[in-house]
Amino acid sequence: MPGGQYRLLAAGSSSIWEYTSLTATTSAPGIRTQPQTRRRMSAAQRRDLRDGLLFTSPFIFGVLALWVGPMLYSVFLILHKWNMLAPPKFIGLGHFERMLNDPLVGKSLVNTAYYTFVGVPLQLVVAFALAVMLNQQIRGLSVYRTVYYLPSITPAVAFAVVWVQILNPEFGVLNEVLHWFGLGPINWLFEPAWAKPALIIMSLWLTGFQMIIFLAGLQGVPQELQEAAEIDGANAWRRFTNVTIPIISPIIFFNMIIGIIGSFQVFTTVFIMTDGGPQDATLFLVLYIYRNAFELFRMGYAASLAWILFLIIMVFTAIQFFFANRWVYYEGRL
Amino acid sequence: MQTWIAHFLLHIMMIALGLTFLMPLAWVVSTSLKLPGQAFITPIEWIPTDPKWDNYFEVFRRLPFHLFIRNSFFVSIMGTAGMVLSSLTVAYGLSRLRWPGRDFVFTVLLATMMLPGVVTMIPVFIIFKEINWVGTFYPLWVPAWFGGAFYIFLMRQYMLTLPLELDEAAKIDGASNFRILWQVVAPLCGPAIATITIFAFLFHYNAFMEPLIYISKSEMYTLPLGLLWFKGRFGNFWHLVMAASMITILPVIIIFFFAQRQFVQGAQFTGLAGR
Repeated sequence: MPGGQYRLLAAGSSSIWEYTSLTATTSAPGIRTQPQTRRRMSAAQRRDLRDGLLFTSPFIFGVLALWVGPMLYSVFLILHKWNMLAPPKFIGLGHFERMLNDPLVGKSLVNTAYYTFVGVPLQLVVAFALAVMLNQQIRGLSVYRTVYYLPSITPAVAFAVVWVQILNPEFGVLNEVLHWFGLGPINWLFEPAWAKPALIIMSLWLTGFQMIIFLAGLQGVPQELQEAAEIDGANAWRRFTNVTIPIISPIIFFNMIIGIIGSFQVFTTVFIMTDGGPQDATLFLVLYIYRNAFELFRMGYAASLAWILFLIIMVFTAIQFFFANRWVYYEGRL
Repeated sequence: MQTWIAHFLLHIMMIALGLTFLMPLAWVVSTSLKLPGQAFITPIEWIPTDPKWDNYFEVFRRLPFHLFIRNSFFVSIMGTAGMVLSSLTVAYGLSRLRWPGRDFVFTVLLATMMLPGVVTMIPVFIIFKEINWVGTFYPLWVPAWFGGAFYIFLMRQYMLTLPLELDEAAKIDGASNFRILWQVVAPLCGPAIATITIFAFLFHYNAFMEPLIYISKSEMYTLPLGLLWFKGRFGNFWHLVMAASMITILPVIIIFFFAQRQFVQGAQFTGLAGR
């Protein structure tokens, strides 16, 4: 009996769905005569639905308990003033009114935008350049890959602590290196104009993950396409811009989206390295939210700021998706 | 001949870049082995003539780093176990079963990958406070048992590459979906499990904001909090701060050297690359 069905499987049905519908009809001939309606499900379909829900239930519960529930709850928080001691007090949209008069909100928005829109393009360029170099056919690639990747996986606290010393104006390595070239010294984290560039320089050192994703993409560019372009007389640069870039454009897009979302939420490094200073030059939005929530216990105000950040990130992600089909090439969608 | 020169120049450039990338780590190691005050001497002495290994023991004598290490490993192991089990289970439901609503759940999964976590930080904190979990390790590892979107996605992509005939054959023999998952599919997911294990472990090990918000008792500190505390108290002793940093970084470096393949594979499994 099973033997016959095995053969049947090997012969025709390539997917489990075809198989389950097959057993459903053959094992219960009575049902076959009934017209299939949406409401009536066969025993097999019901079992699949039950198992599908059962297997994904951890995730479904997680989304409800850790995303949907909290987001609804934060709508309540937005409308209330609450320090977690006295009962919450309804103030309507008062928090948003307050934001307009809070100079630190504007300042942290500008700082976050600076860090993101200067930092992320530079990170992408560095990660991409490293990946292109690692995609050459030379010896010792795995060693180079290891070295470039390693910094990005070290604990944020550890490298933040280390970089504070590296950026030290008097005894830090960076100024010493600049000194070899007759430059500096720069006050880095102690000077409002240099604090954000210093953090961006540090972020370039952490681009290993983006690099690995770019590298995997570059390795997936079909060799035939490159060869075909070469036969057509395209030089290396033309092959790069007209074959490689379009093929990996979805990966550039992915890295850009993830990079911007991450950059908008930068926290650990500034919390440890500058705590927002000097003169609030590195007060980023998440740091300001953290201060309001966990140092000043303005839960409602902090939740409102978090919603603003959430909306900003969503808008930027949406804009990027909107413009994506102008430059992102998807195979099979010509 | 031309390629030879090109390769030579490429090597020179890559070595220079490599040194730039290694410089901070080299400096940590070097400073951690110096005498107090030696760190402030310029030009920097990269290889200490008389390495002071005792600096590392001094760190343990000043603050209970053995507790921080234990706490970090406890949270990381519990979180990783949750991530692996939940991603196997959920990915199975999303890749190898067909049921109405599956595509909707998958769409939600993709959406949560892009949702910024900061929006739930405060309400989730209040919820955990309500159930008296603030000050315990639970908020640091229990959420992992409900699955991380990225890990589920990665596992699903991997499961899609396994032939469905395997499940069908087992099903004919009367195996339930649970048995198919644990006895047929999961044993074949080794590479994806390895990658998720590595990423999830580092995610929990490196986590900073969650411990910062939820842990207040110093004997419950994880390594990142412990290091920050150490820096706050002994910030002027650069050699000790660097030794403490090295203690925090070292497990990551060890894992990295043993599991390089899994790191590289991670990018490929997502299906973003290497089609």
